[in-house]
This record gives sequence, C-alpha cells and structure tokens, in this order.
Amino acid sequence: MTRKTFTLFDPALAVPAVADAFRKLNPAVQWRNPVMFVVYVGSILTTILWLQALGGKGEAPAGFILTITIWLWFTVLFANFAEALAEGRSKAQAASLRGLKKETWAKKLLEPKYGAKWNLVPATDLRKGDVIVIQAQETIPADGEVIEGVASVDESAITGESAPVIRESGGDFSAVTGGTRVLSDWIVVRVTVNPGETFVDRMIAMVENAKRQKTPNEIALTILLVALTIVFLGVVVTLLPFSMFSAELANEVAGAGTPISITVLIALLVCLIPTTIAGLLSAIGVAGMSRMMQANVIATSGRAVEAAGDVDVLLMDKTGTITLGNRQASTFLPADGVTEAELADAAQLASLADETPEGRSIVVLAKQRFQLRERDIHALDAHFVHFSAHTRMSGVDMAGRQVRKGAADAIKKHVETLGGKFPASVSGKVDEVARRGSTPLVVADGTRVMGVIELKDIVKGGIKERFAELRKMGIKTVMVTGDNRITAAAIAAEAGVDDFLPEATPEAKLALIREYQSEGRLVAMTGDGTNDAPALAQADVAVAMNTGTQAAKEAGNMVDLDSNPTKLIEVVETGKQMLMTRGSLTTFSIANDIAKYFAIIPAAFVSTYPQLAALNVMGLASPASAILSAVIFNALIIVFLIPLALKGVKYRPLGAATLLRQNLALYGLGGVIVPFIGIKLIDLALVAIGLA
Amino acid sequence: MSNHAWLLLGLFLIVLLLTVKPLGTYIANVMEGRFRLAGKIENPLYRLCGIRPDDEMGWLKYAFAILLFNALGALVVYALQRLQADLPINPQAFANVSPDSAFNTAISFATNTNWQGYGGEVTMSYLTQMLGLAVQNFLSAATGIAVVIALIRGFARNTARSIGNAWVDLCRITLYVLLPLAIICAVVLTSQGVIQNFDAYKEVRTLEVTSFETPKLDEAGQPLKDEQGAVITEPAQTQSQTLAMGPVASQEAIKMLGTNGGGFMNANSAHPYENPTPLSNFIQMLSIFLIPAALCFTFGRLVGDTRQGWAVLAAMSLMFVTLAYAAMHFEQQANPLLTQLGVDPSAGNMEGKETRFGIAESGLFATITTLASCGAVNAMHDSFTPLGGLVPLLDMQLGEVVFGGVGTGLYGMLVFAIMAVFIAGLMIGRTPEYLGKKIEAFEMKMVSIAILVTPLLVLVGTAIAVMLADGRAGVANPGAHGFSEILYAFTSAANNNGSAFAGLSANTPFYNVMLGVAMWFGRFGVIVPVLAIAGSLAAKKRIAVGAGTLPTHGPLFVTLLIGTVLLVGLLNYVPALALGPVIEHLVLWAGQ
Repeated sequence: MTRKTFTLFDPALAVPAVADAFRKLNPAVQWRNPVMFVVYVGSILTTILWLQALGGKGEAPAGFILTITIWLWFTVLFANFAEALAEGRSKAQAASLRGLKKETWAKKLLEPKYGAKWNLVPATDLRKGDVIVIQAQETIPADGEVIEGVASVDESAITGESAPVIRESGGDFSAVTGGTRVLSDWIVVRVTVNPGETFVDRMIAMVENAKRQKTPNEIALTILLVALTIVFLGVVVTLLPFSMFSAELANEVAGAGTPISITVLIALLVCLIPTTIAGLLSAIGVAGMSRMMQANVIATSGRAVEAAGDVDVLLMDKTGTITLGNRQASTFLPADGVTEAELADAAQLASLADETPEGRSIVVLAKQRFQLRERDIHALDAHFVHFSAHTRMSGVDMAGRQVRKGAADAIKKHVETLGGKFPASVSGKVDEVARRGSTPLVVADGTRVMGVIELKDIVKGGIKERFAELRKMGIKTVMVTGDNRITAAAIAAEAGVDDFLPEATPEAKLALIREYQSEGRLVAMTGDGTNDAPALAQADVAVAMNTGTQAAKEAGNMVDLDSNPTKLIEVVETGKQMLMTRGSLTTFSIANDIAKYFAIIPAAFVSTYPQLAALNVMGLASPASAILSAVIFNALIIVFLIPLALKGVKYRPLGAATLLRQNLALYGLGGVIVPFIGIKLIDLALVAIGLA
Repeated sequence: MSNHAWLLLGLFLIVLLLTVKPLGTYIANVMEGRFRLAGKIENPLYRLCGIRPDDEMGWLKYAFAILLFNALGALVVYALQRLQADLPINPQAFANVSPDSAFNTAISFATNTNWQGYGGEVTMSYLTQMLGLAVQNFLSAATGIAVVIALIRGFARNTARSIGNAWVDLCRITLYVLLPLAIICAVVLTSQGVIQNFDAYKEVRTLEVTSFETPKLDEAGQPLKDEQGAVITEPAQTQSQTLAMGPVASQEAIKMLGTNGGGFMNANSAHPYENPTPLSNFIQMLSIFLIPAALCFTFGRLVGDTRQGWAVLAAMSLMFVTLAYAAMHFEQQANPLLTQLGVDPSAGNMEGKETRFGIAESGLFATITTLASCGAVNAMHDSFTPLGGLVPLLDMQLGEVVFGGVGTGLYGMLVFAIMAVFIAGLMIGRTPEYLGKKIEAFEMKMVSIAILVTPLLVLVGTAIAVMLADGRAGVANPGAHGFSEILYAFTSAANNNGSAFAGLSANTPFYNVMLGVAMWFGRFGVIVPVLAIAGSLAAKKRIAVGAGTLPTHGPLFVTLLIGTVLLVGLLNYVPALALGPVIEHLVLWAGQ
C-alpha cells in the first residue's frame, strides 16, 4: 500500500490552506479556541481604535495603531493557517485511502429468492434490507446475512485463513463480510448495513472529520491555557487603573505622566497569553493522527493514540510478531538403533502430503541432509492421513507401513495402541528439544519409534534491539504463546522479552491483562484472531491486524493496515510525540513571556516614569518599535513553529529524566533566550526600513 | 551581606532542618491515629459532640465541614468584639469594636490572615484577645493542616471514596500538635521576658518631658489633611507613658506556630513585651517555619516515599535562602539621599528597625514572616529600601508556598507541583502523573482555580482601590510608594499573610470590607479546589512507577518546581511591581 506523501508547504495544500485561514475568521469557528478568540476580539478592538484615530480622536498615532492591528490579525490568520494546513494533509490522506476501496457491483434481486430477476447496481447504492445474489467467483459487495443457498467463501482478505469456509443460511455460519469472495455455488444475501457504515468507511470518516474530539490531555492542557489567559487578562485589565493612578502620582511629583494606551494594553495581552501553543494545538492533534495514517495505522480515536504514549506493558503474540510465522525443521534426532537417514526417510514420507509450512520444512531438511528427493505420491500407492485435532498426528499408510508423525504424547498413545513400546531415550530427547525452545515431533513407523524431529522457532532479525528500545522507554514486553513453559522460556530469552505467558488461552490472556491493570499499568496488545477479541477489548490500547477477524477489529481501537505487529512501537512513539510536542510548545510559549515583558513594560510606562527606560535591556529603538517588535515576533513564531507542530518533537527512547532535561533545555531555556534575540532583530529591521 | 547575617541564616537553617524529621514523624503518627494516648482524650469529646470518628467524608462533605467550622469561628469572633464592652475581663473598659472593623478582624483571624486594621492594646479586651483571637489562632492553623492532610490522603489512597473525617483531623491537630508546642513555646518566651498577666495598663512617669507633633484627627478618627494632602499636625507634650499589659506570651506562641501573625500589641513583634531579646526573636522565627517544614516530611512519610517530602522541602529552602539573602542584602544598602547628607552608610537602612535586632535579624524575620503567611513583623516593611520592600511583597506574591502558612504552604506547593508535572509530563510524552496519580482535566481545572483566585483578588482589589476615592484616601505617601502600599495591602490580605506595609490607613469601612472579602476568598477559594483535587485523586488508581515515569524527587524536579513557582508569580505581578517598588528604586537611586 503506497500513499502520496507531502512536503511541508506543498503548494497543493498550502494554497487552499490560505483560503481556509480566512474562512476560519468566522467567530463561530474562533470561539472553539478560547485563547485565539481573545486575540480575535483584541484585533477587532484595535481595528475600531484605528478607525477612531483616523477620525482624529485617537489615543495614539493612527499609523502605530494600524501596524499593531495588522499584526494582530496576522496572528489570528497564522494560527488558522496552521490548523488548515494540518487538516488539508489528513484530508488528502483520507482521499487516497478511499481510492483503495474497489468499485464493486451487486446483483440486486427484485424478489428475495434465488432465480428472481436482478438488476446490476453499484455496491454503494445498496441499502440495509436489500437482497442480492452472489455467484461463484464474485465478490460479496456488502456485509450481510445468507438467507438462501450454501457456498464456499474465501475470507482470506479479512481473516488471513486461506482455507475456504462454508457459508449457509441459518445457524452460526450465515454472516458474510463485504470484500470476501464466493468460490463455488451461490448464495442469496440480505444486506445488513447501509453504505458508509462499514468498517473501512468508519475509518475514513474518522480521519476526515475536522471536528475531531479533543483528547483528554488536550482538554486538560486547554484548561491550563485558558487559566493562563484569564490571569493575563486580569493583569492587563487592572494595568489600566494602575497606570492611570501612577500617572496621577507621577504628575504630583514631576507633572509629566500619561497613562498607557488601550492599543498597547491589547498588544501586551496578546503577547502574554499563550498564543503560540494555542494557535498550534489543533494542528498538533490533526498532524498526530495523520502521522499514524502515514504509518498505515488507523486509530478509532485520538484518545487511543494518546493512550499509546502511556503504555507500560506490551503484550505480543509470539508467532508472527517475535518469531517468523512458522517453525522450521532443524535437526533429526534418531532413536537408538535407528540411523539419521532412516529417520529422515520416514519423516519425509510422513510429511509428503503435509502442506503446512512445518511439513514442507521437514521435506526440505531431508533433501538438504540426505538428498532425499520428493517421491511420486501416486507411484507409492499411498494413502495419506491428514492431521486432525482428534488424533493430532499425520502420516501415510502404504504397503503395509504405517508412518506417523505428531506430538510425543499422541505418538506414544498410537504406538502403545498398536502394542509397541515408547522408548525412554526418545522421551529424553523430546524433553531436551523442548528445553531448547523448539518443538519436538516424534516419528513412528508402525510400532517402531524412529526418533525426533526438532522444529525450531526462528526469531525475527532485529527484534531484540527493538525490545531493548522499548525497555529504555520504560515499556515492559510480554510474549504470549500457546507453547509450553520450557519452549516459551527459551524463545523469550532468545528474543529478549521481559516476561512471557506460556500455554496461553483466551482466558489466561484476559486474566493477565487484568492483573497488570490492577497493578496500575496501561496495557497494549496486538492481536488478530477472534479468540483475541476479549483480550483486545480489555487492553487499554489494542491494535488489530487488518488481516484479522472482524471480531478482533471491532474489539481493537486501532487497525494496522500492514498487519505488522511490531508497528505498535511506532504507535507508542507517535502517541508520545503528540504529547511532547504540546508540552514543549507550551513551555516555549510561557517562557517567551519573560522577554516580552522586558520589551513591552518599559515601553508602555516610560511615558509615566522615564526612569523605567533602565529596564529596556534589549536597547530597543523606541517605545513604538519595542511594542511592535514583540507583537511581530509573537505572530511570526507561530509560522516558524508550524513545521515542528506538524512533524512533532523528535522522540528518543531515553529515560524520563534525561528526556525532560533535554526538552527543558531546548524549549524552556530556548524559550527564554530566543525571543530576546528575535525581538531585537525585528527591532533592528524596523529601524532599517524606517518604520520605527 | 555581613558575616553576622550569613551566620544567622546558616544557624537558622540548620536548627530548622534538625527539627523536620522528628516533628514530621510525630505529626504523621498523630494523623494516622497511631498516637495511642489519644483515645482517652478524644473519645469523650467525640461522644459529647455526637461525632462518629470512623465515619469518613468525601471531599464535598469535608469541604462543607471546614467552611461551616470557619464561618462559625468568624461569627464568634465578630460577636465577641461587638459585645466586649459588656463582657468580663476588660480592665481597660474598651468600647465595642465598629461593625466594619469587627467584620474585618473576624474574617482575618478565621482565615489565618491576621491582618490587623486595629491597634490591639487600644481596641481589644483581654477576653476578646484570648477567647476570640487566640482561639482562632489555633483553629485556623488546624484548618490549614487538616486540608493538607486531606490532600496527602488523596495522593496516598488508592481508589478510595473518602479523604478523612474533618472533625477528627481538626481535633487531633489542635490537641496533640498545636497545644503542646504552644505551651512549650510560651514558657520559653516568658523566660526571655515576654509578659503574661491580666493587669490593667500601667501609667509611668517618664524622666523627661517629650515634645512631639501629633496628627490632627477628624471626628471619624482619620487624620486631617491640608490642601496639598499632607497630614496636619499639632504640637503636644507629655511626661507620662501608658504601658500595655496582658496575657501576651500565651498568644505570642500560637501567633508564630500557627503562622497567624496577629500581634497582641499594635507594634507586633517589634514591641519589647512581645519580642524582647535576639534569642526570643530567633525562637519566634524558628516557630514560624517549624510546622510548615515538618509537614513536608509528614507528606513524604504518608505517601510512602520520604524522598518526595525532602524534594519539596529542598525547593522551599532554596527559594527561602535566596530571598532571605536579597532582603538582608538590600537592607544593608543605605539610603543614598541620607548618605549624601553625611550619614554613615555602613549601618545600612536602619529606618523602622529595632536597634536590638538590627539589619540581619529584621531582614530575615521579614522574609520568614512574609514567606510563611505569618505576617508578624519586627520591623516596619514600609521603611525598607524599595527593593528590600519588594522582597516581602514578592514573598507573598509567590502564593505563600515557600514554607507558607501551616498546611496552606504545603498544599499550595503541591498545587504548583501538580502544575509542574503536568507540563513536564507532557514534555516526556506521557499523561502527566504525580505520586502515581494521573493528572487529568478535573485536576487541572481545580489547580487553575486555586492558582487563579489569589492573583485576581490582589490585582482586581488593588485596581478598585486606586480607582475609588475611598481607596485613595488611605494613602499616606506620594509617588510610586503610595501605589506599593495599596498593592501590599491586597497582596497581604488575599494571600492570607496579614503583614502590613504600614503607611496605609486601612481601618476604614472601605478597606475593612474590601480586604475582608479578599481574605475570605483568598483562603477558601483555594481550600475548596484543593479538597476537590484531594477527592478526585483519592478515587484514582495509583499507577506503578516505571522507567518511563518522571521522577519527582531529584534535583531536576526541584528545579522544575522552583521554576514554576517563580514563573507564575512573576508573570502575574511584574507589571504591578514595575509600577511600585521597581520605579521607587530607580527614582531613589537616580537621586530624586
């Protein structure tokens, strides 16, 4: 699955974003962001003050008020632009996701029975209750219920199981899923969902939806930002009477004081309230979701992505996640009095008809070790015995021979039934193999136990390093497997996981998750099978594989389109990045205020108390240029930080304290220093172009 | 700063830190009900009042109990003042206190502010002092400690519905913590010469005739002013002096231990009968910080990790040392205008200070009393150098969280800690948590209210005062200093400090009412959200600490906490400070 990626200010996105920035000036939109709403109201006020000044009754020169007003409006527009740009990106991604949906056609029956007349309609026109017929080799166009007929259906697109399943009317096997294929025969299906309600549809809607729900941390942060805004509103509003009173007091002494102007007060307010973070807050959220999309993960909510950042225990299936999907035969261990070649021969015979990856790996090993070629099955006049859950063995009957392979206890039972004896030395070998973390298969020819085949799990390359990385993040990894304890322990050690759950049943998985949760940990889990669904539903963050069953996908709060279980690591990183970006920009925004005070306070009150010029540590040219520089800096910093908001603060797997120290130095200390430099430079530029 | 000042500061800190662990452990044991002598004393009291000590309260009920308790306390103090003329133990036959002054004083003592718009020895009968004011000194202090204990329980408990029983908490704190300490302290103070009697005031004949100028008062008792606004004075002569008497030592002890600060005498701890010697001065300073410092250890003990308590204490101590240094340093600077006139500058700024204390003892006392929301004074802050006066002002504006009032200081600091970990938690990419409790929207809402209330009361109150004629009337000094006086009054009231900048005539209906309102909301506008946080935290699961958890006991956290406190304080008050003490300083040093 490939998707178009965009450069940061791609014109295809930036141009409509500019238009959107103006469209978002609607007060109903502004109201959603209380901090920016204050800037918005401030801009309107200074606009009115400017008009008043034009009329000759201004509190300050009209030119000064105009420049302030323009830059206040820019502040609002820049914030709008950041949000529009982020939204544009995720809309574009949603559009490409929609392109993946195949256009399918449905045969809609006029009467709900087989053989009735049908019309060919696009699948998107199907409504709940419509009845359709699907014939061999056709794709089922929508989710529904079989009401007539029986057919074999290939559901591999959804479940990953290649074996076809039978779907028939009535009973447990009547539900069919859109996107699967009928292989043989026909069925009549009543559609059970309207278009736009299917799983993928809901995903797209979620990604596209600009009015996304705020995540819990975003709400908490917004509360803090609103509180800061109220504080500064209090500071600035009360400054007017303070200033008037001080001007009077100064007049008593020196007779020269004039109080502060409302334009300057509004400029001060806008500079002090946390506009930088408030302007970029929603862009950060939208960008986080869109980064997940780029990683081919669809989250059902921003809340889930954020929760991923908090995860401290990660449950993973062994098979397919930690090890390659299938085990491979690695060694033949013959019983006493049996040669390795004899064992290999018997093992190969027993596996010839075994199409499982394990079976094939045995044939391959026999060929590699002893050049045993595959024999012509028909020439042997053999009767193959397939694996069944009942016997737990497979093999072949031919020419009076009864060759079987299977789990040790199954073969033991088989041999003993035939009147043979299971040698103790073989039992010893079986245990030895299990201890190594491998799976032992025992081969028997009639009553003669030939020996043991070692099936080895192959741990994926590089997985150990990823687990080490997770450990540094403070996340504990737990391997979940159906293997016995000894096997599980060996693989766990090889892969470097922190803990493992052997002989896992759905109940055991659920119990384990609950246990971790009761200890106060947040659990993430990946899963694909229906039997994973209860555990997925219980986990705090649940990533379902796209190849998994519908039940698993419904239970999870994220779906990985690539079905790559290690993707969870990226999900965690993205979740953390979203929070870190918010936290860092908040710190930066608040730290900026120190420099802004130094720029504006002396400038604002120097008319009352000339001595306050001593606080003009930046040596700004004039009171007007000082105030203007601070306002311009405040507006421009939003634009400069858009890339950071969209890309996110870089996450490195370090301990919490180290990470905090680095980010505090960068965004806290940086936030104190940068505006001093920025404001001074803008002031110099203003002087250079003669505006100050 | 002189060697003497360094030595004093060092000695003070060492002695204080030595008391932290034993007293903190003791308070923790008392609050956990492990003080076994307790049953015999408490149970009859509970039976008498119909309290079931095992009935735990949710935060709303707890807050209601605290509010009710303090409202009733204020009512009693109001009634005592309004009726004192007809009540016994009034040897000087003082009249009933005016309604607005009584209202102000009642709220002032119920909120642990102890702002005094009145002169104690010329207004209050011994009965009012002892049954009204001294009782509130105990109860308001107990209230502060009870609230912080409830908050600590919020952190310590796991998915609990309740945060303790307010009545039991108040009772135990008063009986086993405040009373014993106050008795010890009072006895030690009397050894230094602090008086303790019920005598009528003594008239003594002075050796020489004293001539002085006295302000001419109008009928309302306010000083008359001429057209330029200067106070009109008239010459007077006297050869007799009235020496105020009273049960001072008993009141003095709890005034300090409970960070109350309401002096028996108008001159407060500058008065020789309240604070006669350098040693009594040292004991008073120590007793102000005693409980606030020990509570940090109690906090660590009760949440099961004493390092957490030490970290908070470290943050407080670092800020305290810095501010104390600033105050003593600036007071050591002489007034340049006086130096020009030939005054020896090496003595520092001795205006408004007691010679038996000097610069170091006065500067340190001023820092301690304003940091700890005590408000007792042994020197006149109004006479400090502009920057020396800025320090006490800033001390209060930091929100009374550096040691702070008993209980209130720690819960204020914990509120700042929650705010600090919120931003820091986001910066490391996790939902913020403190002591295993997730900080979410509800907590942030309450933290915001708790942090917002006080600065808004200060700023809006000051704004109203400078806009109205009633507010401006009380200003005694021209120029920026007049503004500083009003700012100081509202800062002191809303932060429940109670120290005064003098200079401002605040015993007027306007200031009595305005400051009374500021005190009440400055106190309970914080207590209620803090209890709400306690309730919400108690209900949460305690999350296990892992490698991804932000450690809240190291130097990094201490720095972060200090940074948050300073930033919030400065951002709130920089413009106001610039128009007050900062401009005064610039003007003074410019030689104007």
